[in-house]
Amino acid sequence: MPDAFAFTRLPDPSRQKLTLDFEGVAIEASVGDSVAAAVLAAGHRLTRTTPVGGSGRGPYCMMGVCFDCLMEIDGEQNRQACMVEARDGMKVRRMRGARPLAEARA
Amino acid sequence: MPKPCDALIVGGGLQGLSSALHLARAGLKPLVLEKDYPGRHASGVNAGGVRRLGRDLAEVPLSVAALTLWQTLEDLVDDSGGFVACGQIKIAENEAEFAALCRRAEEVRQLGFEHEEVIRANELRELVPALAPDCVGGLICREDGAANPFRTVTAFRRKAEALGASVLPGVTVGSLSRRDGLWRAETNQGSYEAPLLINTAGAWGGRIAEQLGEPVPLTAKAPMLMITERVAPFLAPVLGCAGRLLSFKQFENGTVMIGGGHMGRAEPETNRTEIDFAGLATSSRTVQALFPRLAGVKVNRVWAGIEGMMPDGIPVIGPSTTEEGAWHAFGFSAHGFQLSPVVGRIIAELVLEGRSSLPLHPFRIGRFREAAAAA
Amino acid sequence: MSRGVPLLIVGAGPAGLAAAAAAAEAGVTVTLLDNQSSPGGQIYRGLAAGGAAREALGVDYLGADYLKGLPLIDAARREGIAHLGGASVWEVSRERRVQATRQGKVEAWQADRLILANGAMERPMPFPGWTLPGVMTAGAGQILLKASGLLPQGRVVLAGSGPLLILLASQYLRAGVTPAALVETTPGGRLGQALSLLPGALRAPAYLTKGMGLLRAVRRIPRYRQARDLRAEGGETVEALSFTAQGGRHRVACDLLLLHQGVVPNLQITRALGLAHDWDDRARCWRPRLGDWGASGIDGIAVAGDGGGIVGAAAAALQGRLAGLQAAHQLSALSADERDRRAAPVKRALAREQAARPFLDRLYAPGEAFLSPADETLVCRCEEVRAGQIRAWVGLGCSGPNQTKAFGRPGMGPCQGRMCGLTVAEIIAKERGVSPAEVGYYRIRPPILPVTLGELASLEDDADHAEAL
Repeated sequence: MPDAFAFTRLPDPSRQKLTLDFEGVAIEASVGDSVAAAVLAAGHRLTRTTPVGGSGRGPYCMMGVCFDCLMEIDGEQNRQACMVEARDGMKVRRMRGARPLAEARA
Repeated sequence: MPKPCDALIVGGGLQGLSSALHLARAGLKPLVLEKDYPGRHASGVNAGGVRRLGRDLAEVPLSVAALTLWQTLEDLVDDSGGFVACGQIKIAENEAEFAALCRRAEEVRQLGFEHEEVIRANELRELVPALAPDCVGGLICREDGAANPFRTVTAFRRKAEALGASVLPGVTVGSLSRRDGLWRAETNQGSYEAPLLINTAGAWGGRIAEQLGEPVPLTAKAPMLMITERVAPFLAPVLGCAGRLLSFKQFENGTVMIGGGHMGRAEPETNRTEIDFAGLATSSRTVQALFPRLAGVKVNRVWAGIEGMMPDGIPVIGPSTTEEGAWHAFGFSAHGFQLSPVVGRIIAELVLEGRSSLPLHPFRIGRFREAAAAA
Repeated sequence: MSRGVPLLIVGAGPAGLAAAAAAAEAGVTVTLLDNQSSPGGQIYRGLAAGGAAREALGVDYLGADYLKGLPLIDAARREGIAHLGGASVWEVSRERRVQATRQGKVEAWQADRLILANGAMERPMPFPGWTLPGVMTAGAGQILLKASGLLPQGRVVLAGSGPLLILLASQYLRAGVTPAALVETTPGGRLGQALSLLPGALRAPAYLTKGMGLLRAVRRIPRYRQARDLRAEGGETVEALSFTAQGGRHRVACDLLLLHQGVVPNLQITRALGLAHDWDDRARCWRPRLGDWGASGIDGIAVAGDGGGIVGAAAAALQGRLAGLQAAHQLSALSADERDRRAAPVKRALAREQAARPFLDRLYAPGEAFLSPADETLVCRCEEVRAGQIRAWVGLGCSGPNQTKAFGRPGMGPCQGRMCGLTVAEIIAKERGVSPAEVGYYRIRPPILPVTLGELASLEDDADHAEAL
């Protein structure tokens, strides 16, 4: 569920749309968005809980400095979502606390 | 003029602080002269391993005595130093390595010690479930573990100070001289005098020994450590490897520390160290081989602390052979942390009784001169 | 294996772009690395990607200054400049080796000359609640607007000090978004302190005129001055900003809280290189000690733009140009005479551009309460260390930022101290009654970004080296 907060997007016909999967729900974004921007644009401010105290965090600086927008992107954990360009079909999830080890290969 | 003291201790790492503590317990007033701040180098930034496992046989009696002190560290310094007896395991990746570990356990038993114990693959997997399945066994010290280096440094410093020792940071010792039974140290902060001199200057200990007329072949090196992001708990014991350089430990906070002796570049003159990525690559490949599931884990930080290494890999501990009233404890070759509680006790015994309860012959400073004379 | 290149530039903002253009004009082949996919840096973020619509966005909302980036971007789109976007640089060595991860792979370059143009970051603004989701920087608000055309739809509060805050407020107004409040934290008396610096600033009148215009534009927003004791309130996300101002306590409900209190150099690379850094007491930050042409003191490495000390976009481009000319000269592509001929007008323009800086630095210097915040404030966001803990450690004999790591891990999380370093230094300095210059900063080492074990394992290792020898 979006948290009752949203952005509007200035009209720009040159922007192409794309769709991400965020926590199992399809969200719409634009080509050129970072993953963090795409998730914010869809109205989600909380994007992880910390491994230290479990408190909620969201993107803060949007330019790769603060490391507070860490998300799981296409299975890769703790990626800086503000530094990853959104691509159609990407699977994005919140990080919840400390990352687990990757699954053992069968 | 600074207040009078009984002993000048050059070097405020753990060996110096432990010496100060044990001398202060005996009622002396030692003065620790530290060029940076206590624990700035090897003592504060080492891997924190409290390990008897795999020690040079000469060190085994000292290491065993030291563990007893770690187990009751609160009695000594009012703090545990963060010591946790999580166990230490050395892993064999093949049968040849396993056979070598079995021989090693037997050697230790011959000396009368039982702490190193062989385990087979099934128990190893139980203790370290995330380990690559082809490892065949290991050598374990179940009561070994790890502690927090800087916390330990702080505890020793505070307790030593509480018992009457003084610790002066930012004091670099230049020249040393002895007259009328008094050592005199000229420093960047004036001169200090005392009847006793203890050299615990770590990687810089060779310079002090040289001033006493007994140079040693000490080199400064910079073992590198990597620390990862926080990972959900997957590992309790500290791991080493029989066939490769590795020290591997997950802390309570989830971060994983990876070391083992890949060297960066040390510049003892400037206190600088530099990271060597080729060594980190080797180290990372070792981790990948043993823990394939860690490949995507991020290394947040790398550091390298300056350590004093001796060519035979064991420290210098004992009296000066050239000067009265002077003792050495330096050159711990990147594994002095565990020994430090007992090293201070040894120094205090040597100073106060002229002898130690532990066998120190292998650590005498004269061994390099003897070897050169024999050659 | 590292690729040998004559000139490598880290950062494709104004300084890096101008340096690239100046060197390429002289015939030097340039490799331009940047962590964004398209050039322009944060100031011209999104400008290179867009067509006519983006220019309209510029004129309509962002203002004409935004479009000043176009010629810079165009000049760097010439033959001889390889722009490699999406490169996360995690090592710059004193021997001028640069390692980065790009498109999931590690790449390395060995440069004859290296120009570091890695720019600025916003000064963190710690106060209770600043870590709540929905609290972001004003720069982040601008990036959302520039790169994605996003305007906040709910209640927005802007808080802090400095030109960027006012600029963003005016941009939002022009786009039809009226912030719920503009909460200014500039302490009283700052204008008086800054006035002695005004005559110098009048040599660069454009800054002041623009500033006055912006201040007029934002009059429609409810405005609070000399606000203090800020607190972001909320449960899962931010719900309100409360503060004391104009004789009373206020609470303004908000969905998005954008903070700003100036920008500071991004020093991760220059620190990791071990360059000497000086404390700038007026700007309250460190900067690397640089010589003529931005020389770093390490052979073949220069620094240009805000990463060498905050100068602003226009001056950054001029510094970049000078560094590019010098690199071209050192690579024997320009004679000393020709370098100096091309540099002369640039140097004159640079002197003019820098005239207003002391006045602005003093006028917008952050308030004491944000430099050394209240005990309960989370200072280290990664490791969740509070200001009060740092003060307590000073009492236990902790004398500088490096030692705090051993006491309680600030600066040891993924951001590697970027967000807490200045605050930790300020707090310790204040507790000890000395200058931050004396307590120093964290030792920064490579990798200057977190790198996976897999990436490290993919590098040449000791055995490869031995074979090569």
